[in-house]
Amino acid sequence: MTLQAGTDAVRQSLASFRQEREADWKAFEALLSRVEKRAPRTLSEDELLALPLLYRSALSSLSVARATSLDSALIAYLEALSLRGYFYLYGARRGLRQRVGDFFLRDWPAAVRDLWRETSVSVALTVVGAIAGYWLVASDKRWYDAIIAPTLAGGRNPDSSVEVLRSVLYDGGSSHFLSGFAAYLFTHNTQVAILAFALGFAFAVPSVLIILMNGCMLGALFQVYAAKGLGFELGGWLSIHGTTELFAIALAGAAGMRIGTRIAFPGELTRMAAAAQAGRVAATAMVGVMVMLLFAGLLEGIGRQTITSDATRYAIGGGMLALWIAYFYLFRLVRHGNG
Amino acid sequence: MATARNPAELIRPLITPEGVDLRVKLADAGTRASAFLLDVVIIVAAAIAVTLVVIFGLGGLGVKEAEPLFIVWIIFIFLLRNVYFIAFEAGRRAATPGKRIVGVRVASRSGAGLTIDQVIARNLMREIEVFLPLSIIAARGGAGVADTLSTIFGLVWALLFSLFLLFNRDRLRIGDLLAGTWVVETPKLKLVEDLSLRKDPVARRFHFSPAQLDAYGIAELHKLEEVLRRDDYFAMKAVAETIGHKIGAKIEPIDSRTFLTAYYGDLRAHLERKLLLGNRKADKYAR
Repeated sequence: MTLQAGTDAVRQSLASFRQEREADWKAFEALLSRVEKRAPRTLSEDELLALPLLYRSALSSLSVARATSLDSALIAYLEALSLRGYFYLYGARRGLRQRVGDFFLRDWPAAVRDLWRETSVSVALTVVGAIAGYWLVASDKRWYDAIIAPTLAGGRNPDSSVEVLRSVLYDGGSSHFLSGFAAYLFTHNTQVAILAFALGFAFAVPSVLIILMNGCMLGALFQVYAAKGLGFELGGWLSIHGTTELFAIALAGAAGMRIGTRIAFPGELTRMAAAAQAGRVAATAMVGVMVMLLFAGLLEGIGRQTITSDATRYAIGGGMLALWIAYFYLFRLVRHGNG
Repeated sequence: MATARNPAELIRPLITPEGVDLRVKLADAGTRASAFLLDVVIIVAAAIAVTLVVIFGLGGLGVKEAEPLFIVWIIFIFLLRNVYFIAFEAGRRAATPGKRIVGVRVASRSGAGLTIDQVIARNLMREIEVFLPLSIIAARGGAGVADTLSTIFGLVWALLFSLFLLFNRDRLRIGDLLAGTWVVETPKLKLVEDLSLRKDPVARRFHFSPAQLDAYGIAELHKLEEVLRRDDYFAMKAVAETIGHKIGAKIEPIDSRTFLTAYYGDLRAHLERKLLLGNRKADKYAR
């Protein structure tokens, strides 16, 4: 029978297709399992060179199998294997050290520069909020409790005596858990920053409110001290870590606003593409915000209680601010090439 | 509701630089929910373990010496909540332990490599999607001021954001939307036996005429392959009877597996030969 001979020949050639390549697939699978678990360093040079070759051979096997074979289990196996290889080879290819270096040298300052409009709005909102807070508490001190939560006030309120207020500035008040409190403040501030960022997608409105509220708290606190003639001293106490911290929160708000405004006004891009683009710039800036808040927490935990001279406090605060501005906005002038 | 009615709806093209379409399958909502719950269980278990250690440490050390421990604890809880997802998804597998267990990973929608800013963007958004409303409820409940209205509001908020991925065809969370990512399945499949290579001496008895082999197409062949691989006696018996009836072959009930193996082998060879000649017979209705 001619048919029988024909089908047998087909069976033969398809069986040999698989037999000839099976060893390559198995080798590729074994290599992938190893590099997915451990660093590529553990591979020998030959194995590293073999990886892309084996990947291409798996891909071409897949193409052949799709065109000639009807074994769906085999095709599914090759698809899964090729996809794993694809994600490994075309995934995050650069090493962690290089990525961290790129982040600090290029990505972070670039993202912050990109957000300069939103950042100025954010800073302006903080100032407006501070003025409003100051004015509200000055006109009626009951506003103070409404603006600043008692847990954050730390015993400071408009009725406190000058001595109590002064002791908070120079002795760290009565808290024994000071560095613990600083760590708590760091996580609290970071949470505020994340919210200012994440809520931005609701057309930026919540971000604006959070930034305004933050400014408001600042103004209210300031009024309490200024009314007792301690305004200059409070400025020093705040500035040692405050310049870094407030800048960071302003940046977080700016990142949130960027997302919100891009979703509202996507321009030439589709709304999805605009949101994704804004989201990535904002996320890069946000990692930077975390780093800044960590700095602020360190300054607060170490510097604020040990350094009690107003001039030194102002110098450190001003120095940090100058450092950040130089790093974000002037740094690229130093870099040569296409940076 | 958790799964798409038609699984093919979740398949998206992914053209590699070599020009091969890998056809990724997006993870369905149920899979993602179980991955997330696994991660939450891991985080909570770690937090409880660390808290217990800290409590016993505090008891043994006294308040003064416990302060560094307290700081470490605060920072650890903070890291667990914010860094767990980012650190794992920025890694080589682009998946948290929960995602790994259910066999999915995060990928960039553009097909290019997943970058660290994408991972950060999608995970910071989780903060408002789930953690914010839940932690507000928890905080108010802890302070004893949780009223029905705010609890309902918080739950509705969390629910609305968790269900967001059911209302768009690419199964995107808000975080995925902003980061330009999606979650795809990366199953680990074993290479299984080729059914047409089964050498069964009894199966040699069966010979099929071209007319008998023309009765079915590729769709039916794949169904038959599924039945054979499942190896369920009653399913094979039913299928063998149906096929036997259709092609007019008499089979003893005991023989259904052998018969199906023989028919599968011959049908596949027949259809593959047609493939080589450029004739793709999609299913039994195709001429």
